[in-house]
Amino acid sequence: MQTQTYELNFGPQHPSTHGVLRIVLELDGEVVVKATPVIGYLHRGIEKICENRTYIQTVPFTDRMDYLAGMGNNLGISQAVEKLMGVEVPERAEYIRVIMCELSRIASHMICCGSLVQDLGGVTGFVFFIRDREDILELFNRACGARMTFNYIRPGGVAQDLPDGWVAQCRKFLADFKGMMETYDKLVVGNEIFQMRMKGVAPLSGERAIAMSATGGVLRASGVDYDVRKADPYGIYDRFDFKVPLGTKGDNWDRFMVRMEEMEQSARIIEQALDQLPEGPIMGKIPKAIKPPAGEVYHRIENAKGEIGFYVVSDGSLKPYRWHARRAAMINLQLMDELCRGFKIGDVVAILGTLDPVLGEVDC
Amino acid sequence: MANNLLDQFSQDELAARLQAEVEVSGEGVSRAVVVPKEQLLAVMEKLLREPDFAFDMLSDLTSVDRKDAGFEVVYQLFSLKHLCDLRVKTRTAAEEAQVPTVTGIWPGADWMEREVFDLMGVTFAGHPNMTRLLLPDEFEGHPLRKDFKLQPRA
Repeated sequence: MQTQTYELNFGPQHPSTHGVLRIVLELDGEVVVKATPVIGYLHRGIEKICENRTYIQTVPFTDRMDYLAGMGNNLGISQAVEKLMGVEVPERAEYIRVIMCELSRIASHMICCGSLVQDLGGVTGFVFFIRDREDILELFNRACGARMTFNYIRPGGVAQDLPDGWVAQCRKFLADFKGMMETYDKLVVGNEIFQMRMKGVAPLSGERAIAMSATGGVLRASGVDYDVRKADPYGIYDRFDFKVPLGTKGDNWDRFMVRMEEMEQSARIIEQALDQLPEGPIMGKIPKAIKPPAGEVYHRIENAKGEIGFYVVSDGSLKPYRWHARRAAMINLQLMDELCRGFKIGDVVAILGTLDPVLGEVDC
Repeated sequence: MANNLLDQFSQDELAARLQAEVEVSGEGVSRAVVVPKEQLLAVMEKLLREPDFAFDMLSDLTSVDRKDAGFEVVYQLFSLKHLCDLRVKTRTAAEEAQVPTVTGIWPGADWMEREVFDLMGVTFAGHPNMTRLLLPDEFEGHPLRKDFKLQPRA
């Protein structure tokens, strides 16, 4: 019998894509022969806009890239500017930054893991993750008045100090966190159908992951021990005791489990940071009109999706001459084609979920 | 902070090790190795393969429009083995705006080079699919070039 492959458009608007993404699938029956991601639907020209703004004014644009883990983006650009200017940040601000970024990582991983469960049909799991994530968003809301677009971490420190009772509320979240993880364990991790859909699907070798510039959970699931917090420490991360969870096969299951374990490690970091949190100012000595000396800097941090890096070129004026963001979500999404090949169309949605793309960051 | 390769090697030592006319530009955090684009691939190959360098991760690839001085293509390398960092740059004249692709060395450069082509209009010779990535195919111009002015809001 003569057969032929056919093309199927997956998206642009698909509930699993965290935004607007089209994947052109070439299918042989229900087996994927080729998967071509088509991006650009959200492109707003953030780099160009930022080159026409002052340094401080570029910070809110970073929120709107990876809106699920915006604290990390704020930190990345702030530290890039600080590095270029040689600015010291007060101790208290450094600790608040760590607490916020780790909360942000947990909140982002909750969306990643929760939506992945939903994509495979487990709506209850999704609801639990999203419910628990609300506690973190409430903490953010109290600290800076925003749930997702913070503009909180700024060059020199943070925008404002923690309100009364915030630390206690954060400790309450950490106390509840253990119970949350137990619930997920029973409901999701231990679920045999979920395991069947994840284990052995779309494996990726460590060498290939490095060659493809993959970072974050995608890279570490393949067993590569690269976490910017350890490999190129920034801020005060060298003061905390935490592990970097690694996978072995780099399959869907490893990519999921690495993130589940990372949430626990983040909780450990927050606990230590709360214990050590000093009193003092939250903003360093930084001029109102920032004019870094002529030069350039690349600063990388470990955000929820992987390495986000800011390459900033200054010509000594008020506005950056060149402002570029290296976005982990975009670079990781390149793997879509090779991960999907040979697997079934039903696996595409799971593979995409484990790459955890946020299209605001992919398209920028 | 991770090491920078330029803490270990001077410009002359690097030139000898890489057998190329490299030049070190900038100071402190701004330091970069500038490589003539004719020698780019040979230098990158050495930076990846030689055990003393082992820059296995291409962290970032982007470009800067230097107006009359042409375009710079900027590569941010990281060695997982040595936890070492290096910025490499190459330059191309504005009228030509072309450099060789590094997708044969780091396959992950694929979309990064397409993004530079799309937004900056620098082409990468030998790239398997040099088409627009973010903007529609019929879009005219390259928005990150300095002569492309930001449109005022209506």
